[in-house]
Amino acid sequence: MSAAEVSTGAARDAADRPPARGSDEGPRGAPARPAPHRLLSTRLLRSELRLIAGRRRNQAGLAVLAVVPIVMAVAVKMSTPGAGEGPDFLSSITSNGLFVPLAALGVEMGMFLPLAMSMLAGDAIAGEANIGTLRYLLTVPVGRTRLLLVKYASLCIAAFWGVTAVALPGAVVGVAIFGTGPLTTLSGSQIAFGAAVWRLLLVMLYLSAGLAALAAVGLFISTLTEQPIAAAIALMIFTIVSWILDSVPQLAWLHPWLVVDHWLAFGDLLRDPIGGGGEIGTGLALAAAYAVVFWTAAWARFAGKDITS
Amino acid sequence: MTQLADPSGRATMEVPAPSGRGDADEALAVRTDGLTKRFGTQVAVDSLDLRVPRGSVYGFLGPNGSGKTTTIRMLLGLVEPTAGSRSLLGLPMPQGATEALHRVGSLVEGPAFHPYLSGRANLVRLDAADLLAEPRTSGGRIDLALDRVGLRAAAGKRYRAYSLGMRQRLAIAAALLAPRDLLVLDEPTNGLDPQGTREVRNLIGALASDGTTVLVSSHLLSEVEQICTHLGVMREGRLVAQGTTGEVRGVGTVSVRVETGQPERAAEVLTRLGAASVATSPTGVRADAGDLDPEAVVAELVRAGVGVRGFALDRPSLEDLFVTLTGEGFDVSG
Repeated sequence: MSAAEVSTGAARDAADRPPARGSDEGPRGAPARPAPHRLLSTRLLRSELRLIAGRRRNQAGLAVLAVVPIVMAVAVKMSTPGAGEGPDFLSSITSNGLFVPLAALGVEMGMFLPLAMSMLAGDAIAGEANIGTLRYLLTVPVGRTRLLLVKYASLCIAAFWGVTAVALPGAVVGVAIFGTGPLTTLSGSQIAFGAAVWRLLLVMLYLSAGLAALAAVGLFISTLTEQPIAAAIALMIFTIVSWILDSVPQLAWLHPWLVVDHWLAFGDLLRDPIGGGGEIGTGLALAAAYAVVFWTAAWARFAGKDITS
Repeated sequence: MTQLADPSGRATMEVPAPSGRGDADEALAVRTDGLTKRFGTQVAVDSLDLRVPRGSVYGFLGPNGSGKTTTIRMLLGLVEPTAGSRSLLGLPMPQGATEALHRVGSLVEGPAFHPYLSGRANLVRLDAADLLAEPRTSGGRIDLALDRVGLRAAAGKRYRAYSLGMRQRLAIAAALLAPRDLLVLDEPTNGLDPQGTREVRNLIGALASDGTTVLVSSHLLSEVEQICTHLGVMREGRLVAQGTTGEVRGVGTVSVRVETGQPERAAEVLTRLGAASVATSPTGVRADAGDLDPEAVVAELVRAGVGVRGFALDRPSLEDLFVTLTGEGFDVSG
């Protein structure tokens, strides 16, 4: 006896349709066929990364990021500046090729790298909602918490890619043009080229962490809208406003709480001992706090949201 | 379990007592109780009691804006209901979502894929997202799904280059990536040419005969009529009829039609037999069948000397029934 068999007085022509198959078949394995229950798989994360890396727009963005240090190195070589002139690292470039990526990172952390982060963060949830793929991901099913975790992990990795896209070509071109002499740290001591490469790697990781904090803000914004461009612009505005606030001396009390405020402290990694200025730890702690707070906000917003896109 | 409606569309429920909750859940692929969704003050879905038996092909009908898609979104866990409960394959949603949805293939409000990925790459991505999918069999399952919808040859093309019909096929292929116990297909033949429509119909038939339950929403009534064993009709967020196709179709009145050269005499005979609403035309007579025994009617007509050229019992077409249940006109409800 099943629901399908209940007839009504009006069912006199029931016979002209095939009988309900469900009614005589009996229950079909309600407790699911044995499926391999995996709690963790990197397939979705790898798929995310392929999606980010495969998109032409992102490839073009990486190319733009990579061009900046090359242009800087060539420009410095051609202008041969006098000693002591120019901003921090730019003047040191001629002494060691590794200052090229450092100078380029200092320049690009202002706008280009946050912009790249904004585009990716906009795509993360709002982009999927915009083209409708979000509903199909969720019905696969991908749990919403898991989706946010994977999306955030992919943004963090992409942040490192962005930094690498600046640092690697910068290092290659810099070394090619200016050589691999010993590097003079900001404390005045000299370290060997090999040690300097490690310092550069630390800088890259530190800046990636800064961008990852920004990405958490972006991920949160991405859950608020179905327009990826709107989410990207919003994160750009967040970044620009942060920089503006950071430049107002009257707001000095606020500066330690601005994630951008600590980014340019990466120079501390070029001191002896490493992190001599003491700001690296604060920067990392604030980045972690941003990541936790805004990822949680994104989760709070997304976990119970009606997906009508 | 049937709900019938009077022609005004106000639902009058006639729900026989279920044969024990456990049994009913085992036999139902989809079950909702009092499922309700309000968006602000607007009631999109109003206390829906959906019963989709396992193994059935359930036609989910209703005009645009009647709440079909919202219902489907609630079933799949995309939209949280304001009230009521829902279960898929006997598993309560959303608690059982991970297990249940893996066994449910769905097509919701048209295809949606990444435009700059190929059709195949899009399927690879969806398969990668499924924790319960076996990575080693991924390639084979994707090929199989592409074959079933006839898209294998175009699988390497970017999705943006696909025609609407190809996109629809890819969406169906995505729904078939894993062995499914339930398919929820929202307007699966949208954008397909007549050939494609037929293929999809055959595909649904083949899947159903393998034991897959299919919940298919459609506005193309002729298709639904051909493939569905069960029907549910929505109007303004309410289910106005539900049951086997026969039960639901039985809601309409059956009429007798006599083709004859002597309509007046035939009309006399029918009136004498007690038929209601007898109407004559130059080529014959039509009347409500009521309790008339068709064989007796023919015998009586012949005895009265009426030359019968043709005799038929006409059931209302599904379209007529649909209009009766959901109201006429093109106005989008709500």
